[in-house]
Amino acid sequence: MDLGLMYASLPKLLSATIITLKLLLLSLFFGLIIGLLFAILRLNKNPIISKFAYGYSYVFRGTPLLVQIFIIYFGLGQIEYFRSTVLWIIFKEPYWCATIAFALNTGAYTSEILRSAFETIKPGIIEAGKSLGVSNKIIFYKIQIPVAIRQSLPAYGNEIILMMKGTSLASTVTLMDITGVAKHIVSTTYKPLEIFFMAGGIYLFMTFIIHNLIKYLEKRFNYQQ
Amino acid sequence: MDLLSFGKTGWGDELFYATLMTIAVSITAMLIGFLFSIIFTPLKLSNNKFLNFIGNSYTTVIRGVPELLVIYLFFFGGSGAIMYVASIFGYFEYIEINAFITGSVAIGIISGAYSTEVFRGAIKSVDEGQFEACKVLGFKKHIYFLKVIMPQMLRLAIPNLSNVWQITLKDTSLISVTGLVEIMRQSYIAAGSTRDPLFFYSFAAVLYLMITFLSMKLINRLEVKYSRGF
Repeated sequence: MDLGLMYASLPKLLSATIITLKLLLLSLFFGLIIGLLFAILRLNKNPIISKFAYGYSYVFRGTPLLVQIFIIYFGLGQIEYFRSTVLWIIFKEPYWCATIAFALNTGAYTSEILRSAFETIKPGIIEAGKSLGVSNKIIFYKIQIPVAIRQSLPAYGNEIILMMKGTSLASTVTLMDITGVAKHIVSTTYKPLEIFFMAGGIYLFMTFIIHNLIKYLEKRFNYQQ
Repeated sequence: MDLLSFGKTGWGDELFYATLMTIAVSITAMLIGFLFSIIFTPLKLSNNKFLNFIGNSYTTVIRGVPELLVIYLFFFGGSGAIMYVASIFGYFEYIEINAFITGSVAIGIISGAYSTEVFRGAIKSVDEGQFEACKVLGFKKHIYFLKVIMPQMLRLAIPNLSNVWQITLKDTSLISVTGLVEIMRQSYIAAGSTRDPLFFYSFAAVLYLMITFLSMKLINRLEVKYSRGF
């Protein structure tokens, strides 16, 4: 073990953590919007709409994240028409391609988590709202969403950790996140064990923080106890 | 569709063999994972604090670190570590480990962490009274585990193990970075030489979906078999 090298690599790895966190937060933000949208579509009474939402989550959960990134990054650029549109400004950047792939992926998982949360809400509280004459819109925003958030928090916490680990795939499309930087240092120093241990330690630390944050939020939102 | 024809002009046969490779790596990794969970599940359930700590460290570390990093560690660090051990025994030649073995072991260790959690949860949900009844009846430990706890535990574990199988299957796509020719690597090669990445990566996605779909059908049958009587 070369402890000096481990220490020397720390600043580089830590500065790469910023990119990892940026990717994570952006994809979680867009993923949450996509997830909520598709969870609502999934619960729609129209079978075509709900089948469509199911298809989306089935495809994105059934294929590896790596394939999704490669399709977006390498695949979309191949379409001639696509390159002449304004969208090309976004899709030519590996950073945005990775973010879009991550957001679509986590969106699929989030939609499943939210859907099951919506389905397990006790019908009694919605009926109580209706009998009090509260409008459907307010029931949705003030009752269904807060209860669903509370119920899906543990599962969503796992999803955040999975997504955090998923951001390491950004290194396959040339982005210099923690894994990308670690691999770069290894290729110049030939000390894989030391560097990858350091990188793993940073990821583990982030997992630890996210895990405890979610635990805290769970306690906070649990009014019954 | 010409691109998918079998023979010299198309990529059909190459992708077919790559699919078999993906399935082979996934199954091997899953089995290696079971071996790991046979070792670590008892540790996690043990009352001994030290053994407990070892079991928990394994699942926490592996599940808290990106899969890609574990694979890199094995691929770049694996042969170095083995050569170091060999040098202690006086062997100084270069040792290269087969990509299939490195990949399966790396994915297997990841898969093992997830299945350890599944088995732990399943054993914990078996009714406490079952354990006590076995003890009262004076069954030997391995017999009561195999004949009483195991069948009840498997019923609870199979639905979650099917999730682990899906995770494992998808993780094998990451071994492509080490050069093992499975679906992802083959699509990468095909996309590079035909300059048609959209088609080949989409086709790779379809292949993965097909494997998932078919394996889910099989697992559902198992589920029915093991939940007889409930």
